[in-house]
Amino acid sequence: MMSSGWSLFVILGAVLNTAAAVWLLFWMRKRRGEAAQTSDTTGHVWDGDLREYNNPLPRWWLWMFILSVVFAIGYVFLYPALGNSKGVLGWSQVRQFEEMQQEQERRSQAMLARFSGRSSLELVQDPAALAVGRNLFANNCAACHGSDGGGASGFPSLTDASWQWGGTPEAIETSISQGRMGVMTPWAEFLGDKGVEDTVAYVMSLSGRRSAAGDAAAGKAHFDMVCVACHGADAKGNVDVGAPDLSDRIWLYGGSASAIRETIAKGRQGNMPAHGDRFGDTRVKLLAAYVMSMGASRAAKPGT
Amino acid sequence: MTAHPLGLSATAAAGPLTQPLEPFGGTAPRTAAGAAVRVEYNDRVVRQFALMTVVWGIVGMLVGVIIAAQLLFPALNFDIPWLTYSRLRPLHTNAVIFAFGGSAIFATSYYIVQRTCHARLFGGALAEFTFWGWQLVILLAAVSLPLGYTAGKEYAELEWPIDILIAVVWVAYGVVFMGTLAKRQVEHIYVANWFFAAFIITVAVLHIVNSAALPVTLTKSYSAYSGVVDAMVQWWYGHNAVGFFLTAAFLGMMYYFVPKQAGRPIYSYRLSIVHFWSLISIYMWAGPHHLHYTTLPDWVQSIGMAFSLMLLAPSWGGMINGIMTLSGAWHKLRTDPILKFLIVSLSFYGMSTFEGPMMSIKTVNALSHYTDWTIGHVHSGALGWVAMVSVGSLYILVPRLYGQTQMWSTRLIDWHFWTTTIGIVLYVASMWIAGVMQGLMWRATNADGTLTYTFIEALNATYPYYAVRLVGGTLVLGGMFLMAYNVAKTLGQGRATPAFAPAAATH
Repeated sequence: MMSSGWSLFVILGAVLNTAAAVWLLFWMRKRRGEAAQTSDTTGHVWDGDLREYNNPLPRWWLWMFILSVVFAIGYVFLYPALGNSKGVLGWSQVRQFEEMQQEQERRSQAMLARFSGRSSLELVQDPAALAVGRNLFANNCAACHGSDGGGASGFPSLTDASWQWGGTPEAIETSISQGRMGVMTPWAEFLGDKGVEDTVAYVMSLSGRRSAAGDAAAGKAHFDMVCVACHGADAKGNVDVGAPDLSDRIWLYGGSASAIRETIAKGRQGNMPAHGDRFGDTRVKLLAAYVMSMGASRAAKPGT
Repeated sequence: MTAHPLGLSATAAAGPLTQPLEPFGGTAPRTAAGAAVRVEYNDRVVRQFALMTVVWGIVGMLVGVIIAAQLLFPALNFDIPWLTYSRLRPLHTNAVIFAFGGSAIFATSYYIVQRTCHARLFGGALAEFTFWGWQLVILLAAVSLPLGYTAGKEYAELEWPIDILIAVVWVAYGVVFMGTLAKRQVEHIYVANWFFAAFIITVAVLHIVNSAALPVTLTKSYSAYSGVVDAMVQWWYGHNAVGFFLTAAFLGMMYYFVPKQAGRPIYSYRLSIVHFWSLISIYMWAGPHHLHYTTLPDWVQSIGMAFSLMLLAPSWGGMINGIMTLSGAWHKLRTDPILKFLIVSLSFYGMSTFEGPMMSIKTVNALSHYTDWTIGHVHSGALGWVAMVSVGSLYILVPRLYGQTQMWSTRLIDWHFWTTTIGIVLYVASMWIAGVMQGLMWRATNADGTLTYTFIEALNATYPYYAVRLVGGTLVLGGMFLMAYNVAKTLGQGRATPAFAPAAATH
């Protein structure tokens, strides 16, 4: 909020400028004096042949000018425009935004009511629910997970059978509503360069590949000492802490030797933001249903 | 041309770039004995700027065509950082506004102020300094922008050492122009000079205030303002750059070359007075409409909109004065493509100054802002008005500077007119359609409250319009090559010819 001095300064500037323009308009609207005859020029000559007529201001133009001034005066009284004035209508862009948002939410809730109280496993059978889920996904999830849910480096694919934080309906709903924070500790300092290289070799061997640089046997010793705590002795991972399965050839941050080296040496901090407060329960379940419909979810196919 | 009375043809014919400099103060109108001598205009600097206008027009528009193609085929940046859209786009805007537009303004204002004051340019070598200084600014911009040096302000991207050079050149420009006005041999100041003078003073203020920054190294500085104040200063500058650099200065050009080419007096002196004062004062308030629905306080946005609407009539005053000057000479449009350039430029001026106030209305702006509609609007002003009035004026100016009465080929001017006009119409219409479509797609919602389209879908739908825009821009660029050829031919058959003020000056 401005001080009243600045407010007055702005008001005076705006009013005086407009008033001066209008005064000039009225002062000039009629012909007067020696140059009263339209056919005559003002008598000034430049560069041999440059002259000026002194025709009256076109009436339609004059009235257009006056109308625009009248509109502007009305507008600045109705809307906040003159310094600290709030305007007669009390309009503000924040209020306009909130009202539009509330109106939109009211209509959305009316539309979503038919889905409320149903589990995501029920919703996954309902094409209408999946259509809404698709819209929600395109608006909120596609930026990171891709419009087809295929994921990108650091953002898991939602179309495969691998679930970092669990693929049950409850686990997926929790991921959406509460968010997830993945923490892979950096190990460069503890393991040293050779230790990291050996561990890379062992991790690659878990999915049947070889690394030229490291000694997989030495790496296994490191793995059994530190990695095992989260990823498990069989390296199948642990959905409770978001530790990925290292034996399935599905890689969150890339499966090349250099990507694995970077993951082990520098660690990784994945972050899925929480959406529960913004979405509400019904939207979370609709999204979970759509996510399950996208790929080979264990939950959607209870037999596997 | 042959030798002329004072026998100066040897130096004059030596060409614009090799003539020796004259001492500060210019040529005195009288000898020591008090005998009147003819005052020779300084047209050397006019020739220099006029030729560079053509060169920079081609360069600036070529970069524009390249970035238009990049939007359609992103691979055209060849993965070279210097050629990325983000660096070439400011190069394009700087080149067309300040290099092409700026050179056109310098050339015509120096030409006009001498003819309408019956006086030689004030300041002697200072005019020469403005030419080489301005070319150095352009050269530094052409190097530093692709290298990625930027102050991050739109239309004011250049870093602080270049900003200082601009300020110095601009003050020199002001001294030359105002000094010439001061020593004029006619009582009244011609209307074109009102606009040039207002433009020079205002652009100096805008540039210095907006570019105020704290330098940290030779190539990096931080704005003196922060947050929303920085944004407001930027758009106060940005909008008045349009209002003064791209409007007032080119109105000055229009006020000389339209009556000259039409052979008719200006329509109304009083209209000149009313629209001049209302235009330059009301423009000052209109900047906030660039920041509708942002963190800029509501009242600033509202007052920006109110003044933007009041700007319609003052803007149209200039268009009316120009077009009505032609009344009684309409038949000349059939045979004179230069008049066609001028009259169509005024029509585009009227159209874009109607469109601008409409787009400043919050409700319209909520749809148009951030879409290609804005790009279309800018180009209907920058190509339709600024480029066409400059090209028309140059076609009058160039032959006169080289002792000719007209360009080498009138037919080529006509070709230039039609390629430009068709190109601009394709450009503007495609961007209108694309912009309205984008605005509607971005705001479309489903019954469940979600957005109907993702951003990429709107982008995908824009591709055909990007293609039409590229065709339009290429046509405009092609026209500039026709002009360059025509100018080269005109120079080839003519010679730099000195011109003199009327012997008996009106007092």
